[in-house]
Amino acid sequence: MIKSMKTRSFIYNTFIHLILSIMSVIWLLPIAWLVLVSFREEPGAYTPYLIPKSFTLSNYTRLFTETKLFNYPRWFLNTFIVAVLTCLISTMLILLTSYALSRLRFKLRKPMMNIALVLGMFPGFMSMIAVYHILKAFGLTQSLAALVLVYSGGAALGYYISKGFFDTIPKSIDEAAMLDGASKSQIFWKITLPLSKPIVVYTILTAFMGPWMDFIFVSVIMKDNYRNYTVALGLYQMLTRENIYQYFTRFAAGAVLIAIPITIIFIYMQKYYVSGITGGSVKG
Amino acid sequence: MESTGKVKSFNLLKKLGSYGLMFKKGDFFTKTSFFIMGFGSFMRKQLFAGIALLFIQLTFIVFMSTSGLKFLTGLIKLGTMTQGKVWNEEMGIYIMSKGDNSMLFLLFGVATIFVVIAFIYVYFANIKLAYTNQQLIQEGKRPMRFKETVNILLDEKFHITVLSLPVLLTFMFTIVPLVFMILIAFTNFDANHQPPGNLFTWVGFSNFTSVLWDNPLKSHTFSSLLVWTLIWATFATVLNYLFGMILALMINKKGIRLKKFWRTIFVVTIAVPQFVSLLLMSRLLADQGPVNLILQSMGWVKTFVPFLSDGNVARVTVIVVNLWVGIPYTMLITSGILMNIPVDIYESAKIDGAGPIRQFTAITLPYMLFVTTPYLITQFIGNINNFNVIYLLTGGGPLSLNLYQAGKTDLLVTWLYKLTVNYQDYALASTIGIFIFILSAFFSLVVFNRSSSVKKEEEFQ
Repeated sequence: MIKSMKTRSFIYNTFIHLILSIMSVIWLLPIAWLVLVSFREEPGAYTPYLIPKSFTLSNYTRLFTETKLFNYPRWFLNTFIVAVLTCLISTMLILLTSYALSRLRFKLRKPMMNIALVLGMFPGFMSMIAVYHILKAFGLTQSLAALVLVYSGGAALGYYISKGFFDTIPKSIDEAAMLDGASKSQIFWKITLPLSKPIVVYTILTAFMGPWMDFIFVSVIMKDNYRNYTVALGLYQMLTRENIYQYFTRFAAGAVLIAIPITIIFIYMQKYYVSGITGGSVKG
Repeated sequence: MESTGKVKSFNLLKKLGSYGLMFKKGDFFTKTSFFIMGFGSFMRKQLFAGIALLFIQLTFIVFMSTSGLKFLTGLIKLGTMTQGKVWNEEMGIYIMSKGDNSMLFLLFGVATIFVVIAFIYVYFANIKLAYTNQQLIQEGKRPMRFKETVNILLDEKFHITVLSLPVLLTFMFTIVPLVFMILIAFTNFDANHQPPGNLFTWVGFSNFTSVLWDNPLKSHTFSSLLVWTLIWATFATVLNYLFGMILALMINKKGIRLKKFWRTIFVVTIAVPQFVSLLLMSRLLADQGPVNLILQSMGWVKTFVPFLSDGNVARVTVIVVNLWVGIPYTMLITSGILMNIPVDIYESAKIDGAGPIRQFTAITLPYMLFVTTPYLITQFIGNINNFNVIYLLTGGGPLSLNLYQAGKTDLLVTWLYKLTVNYQDYALASTIGIFIFILSAFFSLVVFNRSSSVKKEEEFQ
């Protein structure tokens, strides 16, 4: 009896290992294909085989040397500048907002949270045309500054995750500090922030990654100003019908180059990510 | 409902009355503050506050008289002069007139309304401050000094310091644009009424009625896209949830080796930016793409499989590809919760002879459904608004003549995007946006009522 159960569970586990292996292959196939294409020497968009006939590094080098039509290094620099500035401004906005809504008590707290909830229910890019014209009124369209403002202007509304974190820091710590005569601002800078390193890191990283992945807002704001494109929008252009034949392998190379750092960052912060998502919306 | 409304208006009256009382009881300084802002502060040694308030009042008056009033009245008609040639009596010739720009009229009008509201708020704060100062002096104390105010802003009123910048930016980049776009839904702002060449004007609810029943083509598009959006959101949510949970269970099962390895593989696929992985998928599955080429060279299909080019096939394809995107995500989120299910329930079920499938349907699923309902509904709303998957995979295509500027796989959000960016049909797009809002709001209300985390907030701390 016991022996048969053991063999049964052995067969069962082998079966699961098999399914997991097949699934891994399916899931990794597109990514493997991307990497393979980025090293492919044969030109053209599609080939009837997966593994290239000959390998080369030239797709990567040409991204940085042939910059007349698609200026990849310039896009990379643009995205980096925008990402750093966005990251600074949004992190500040998010942390301040979530701290206030989590630790401070004031009359407008609940109404503010309700308004944020309602605002979040409108499709995000419904207002982008209006934002575009507001930026135009300031004479800022098609510039990197406009992009920074668009990415960080609404950042405060993304306060949920860090508020969830601040909520878990025991209030007794604040109260003890208050008895020692610390002001609310001192408590924030000297107690809450140092205790919240994980969420600060998480906020910084997500804010930094945003500009690398968005292509909707950039396309509305930059229109045809190729010089100020970001990597995502630029790569998107490489896949249009006119360009795909010539540029598909280079698209792959460019995509691999930005996917690597983003993947590493994501794997590093997955546990904050999970607790952030489940903290607010799952009871238990 | 009615009684709360009455209470509210009563409160407002009471508040206004209290300001009337302040005027009656106020001394000369306080009374003057009703007309010259900051007077009550300035005369009581609050130099900084006094000057700031006076400055605000002067700026407001200058702004309103030079442009503010013009902006507000502009809201009524949204401009009357079309761009074109205008007869000039003095010179006796036609000259080009720039005409009115309805869109700027609306935008500046909305912005002015917010400025006026902000000013009214500051105005009443000014009166209150003057009156408080008066009372303090009557009680033999002295009004607060600048330095003390700063200290209070860093302590008891720290929220004002902290929140003013976020609130200001949210107004500028979210609230004002949103109010503007909501108002656009009540105008005829489309490709034929495009500023600066043409004017647009208020049309009441006609966009809403044309989407709902008046215009056969538009209402047909709206209803079929709405149905598809709901079907898509249901399938995308339910299938991802089930399969993601099964994957999590498999990885976390006792006796499975290399747990971390399997997890990482699937996490990698979420980590790759969506515009890369989804664009890649769309190219993989193109009519002449590698998948079809390989299928052909193997001799399995004669021409090609229209993964993304045939309406119904494409609908299935996007749901399947979305499984590729969503299963690892659910796996990541649910792993932790699955581990919390008490092991002894499973043990006793095993003794009762329940197999793995029975265990899943009788124990895991009910438990998980109970715990993760709010998450599921949030996911559902997220899928209603799932722009990336559809737009990057099919671009909403294949296009259909029965639909107004939309394709077979278009969701309401991607339709909204196309209407704005490609067809400049802003009024219709805003109307759709409002409908999407109503849809999300409906499901959010369900979450809100069921989620205990909102109510439990205080218990944590």
